[in-house]
Amino acid sequence: MTATIYIPRDSGALALGAEKVAKALEKEIAARGLDVKIVRNGSRGLYWLEPMVEVETGEGRVAYGPVKPSDVASLLDAGLLQGGAHRLSLGLTEEIPFLARQTRLTFARCGITDPLSLEDYRAHGGLKGLENALKLEPAQIVAEVTESGLRGRGGAGFPTGIKWKTVLDTASPQKYIVCNADEGDSGTFADRMIMEGDPFVLIEGMVIAGIATGATKGYIYTRSEYPHAIAIMNEAIAIAEKAGVLGTNVMSSAHAFDLEVRVGAGAYVCGEETALLESLEGRRGIVRAKPPLPAHKGLFGKPTVINNVISLASVPIIMDRGGAFYRDFGMGRSRGTIPIQIAGNVRHGGLFETAFGVTLGELVEEIGGGTATGRPVRAVQVGGPLGAYFPPALFDTPFDYEAFAAKDGLIGHAGIVVFDDTVDMLKQARFAMEFCAVESCGKCTPCRIGSTRGVELADRIAAGIEPEKQITVLADLCNTMKFGSLCALGGFTPYPVMSALNHFPEDFRPAPVREAAE
Amino acid sequence: MEMQTASTDIAARAIEIIDQLKSAEGPLLPILHGLQEEFGYVPPETLPLVANALNISRAEVHGVFTFYHDYRDHPAGRHVLKICRAEACQSMGGDRLAERASELLGVNWHETSADGAVTLEPVYCLGLCACAPAAMLDGEVIGRLDDEQLQEIATEVRL
Repeated sequence: MTATIYIPRDSGALALGAEKVAKALEKEIAARGLDVKIVRNGSRGLYWLEPMVEVETGEGRVAYGPVKPSDVASLLDAGLLQGGAHRLSLGLTEEIPFLARQTRLTFARCGITDPLSLEDYRAHGGLKGLENALKLEPAQIVAEVTESGLRGRGGAGFPTGIKWKTVLDTASPQKYIVCNADEGDSGTFADRMIMEGDPFVLIEGMVIAGIATGATKGYIYTRSEYPHAIAIMNEAIAIAEKAGVLGTNVMSSAHAFDLEVRVGAGAYVCGEETALLESLEGRRGIVRAKPPLPAHKGLFGKPTVINNVISLASVPIIMDRGGAFYRDFGMGRSRGTIPIQIAGNVRHGGLFETAFGVTLGELVEEIGGGTATGRPVRAVQVGGPLGAYFPPALFDTPFDYEAFAAKDGLIGHAGIVVFDDTVDMLKQARFAMEFCAVESCGKCTPCRIGSTRGVELADRIAAGIEPEKQITVLADLCNTMKFGSLCALGGFTPYPVMSALNHFPEDFRPAPVREAAE
Repeated sequence: MEMQTASTDIAARAIEIIDQLKSAEGPLLPILHGLQEEFGYVPPETLPLVANALNISRAEVHGVFTFYHDYRDHPAGRHVLKICRAEACQSMGGDRLAERASELLGVNWHETSADGAVTLEPVYCLGLCACAPAAMLDGEVIGRLDDEQLQEIATEVRL
């Protein structure tokens, strides 16, 4: 009987040597004349165990990791093909606590299937959502998505159903679905994982969005920093076209939907939806003033749904199991599940999809296992470069849009970056301003000039030049940026700066040693 | 004379690329990507050709070309090393490693070494934040970068 071995082709696994492991395994299998099929799956998201090799057994999949090429021979000697015991054995994959604690709806197939096998996708429940959607009227699909309570997973948290309804209700001979896959926030990689590990779920979600709103053309705008995701997405689109999931008659229906991947060119601000649209149109990524909303006048001035990868990839399960099924997970006005990315200085970094409501402390200390360096946790940045730094004193904050807002923070794209006690928070505040200065599109003054002035203030504080006065000006500057900027880049840069200042004021006072030296 | 031939060749090839891509919706970024993929940079003499083909001003093309960090106006080194400078990598000592890379290679950020071996560039997030610090060497992703690997890279790029 042919044994099946899984070795991820996800960028994270590749960055840790998965390709070399796959080559070594192929060579050893050929040398021993074994009958083995190797599947290059996505990642399960347990990055401290990557490259994680799995084998199919009668009891389920058994995992080994992290595997080095030099481990391959001993793994086969230990009976890898039967799930034999080895020092790298992790037991049944599904029973690894980090995975067993999760609720995987959006990531149900990621790491399990062959990302480029449409048969595999179908066998694991794929395309059921689209089949259901094809039996409904557009307004009924929109109602189902609204019912689910799904909110934009890119960070803004705007209800997806309402956005879709606006586009559905706006008459136009041409409408677009644009997927924002410009995942530039440090600490986030959920979009990349879905595109590399389960690309068909994104395609299915976009086709459903097209049918629901009357759009016939979709674009996935992603980053040049994601070459593997681009390659896999393009291959998946070609497969979906050939199978009739995309094209003039979607699944033999009267609906048409075409899809194309577009690649950005290294501008962070293009993750902002209107800058993204400008970039897609072939212009500089300059933010547009709203209104008009993209739902009324979006890409090429046409009504456009612009949603994050995770929002769109959550639609198939909603249309498969129903809006109420999805809505019943979560807390308050944050419904469903959220794929949280645990990153930075953390022992167990990876993707953790769970219902809203888990606390920050559980994520960092229990699930993440504390810092990788073994030192105490000092700060956690939630929501990317524009997210607030939280001290351990706020670790009881539940993962929920409103709860984070109440603590002057934001969930953003749900990436959390852990820092140990060696972090200098004044330096982090300065970095936030510097990053904003480099990436500002330049259209509005608070962002373009405020960020540069912010860097100068941070430098003067570090140099001990009238720190109290500088801090007052810095707080005032942040207020101006927050309320005066056109988009979230200038508007949210104050979050990391002010949270660093408020929660870690000791880092903004020059140390006595530094004063003495001057 | 030789220069002129090279320049004519570039123009001819650029026009082919522009013609292939210009009918797409919003073709400017795909064209600039296409030119950079072909030549390793976007030769400045091709920008007027792009403007002409798309019927937009040269200023508009120049504005787009200079807005995006990815596009180069001169060739890179034989190897390109990108090191992530963003927060998740900072939390794992990325700043120190980045300085070390600059020392080992003898170049500053955005610069190419005098022997043309390597260009060093900062990058803000490769999506490898759970295996930080991260880097990319000629499109190959590298996680948990350390001093030893950096040393290997510094030797390798000079071979």
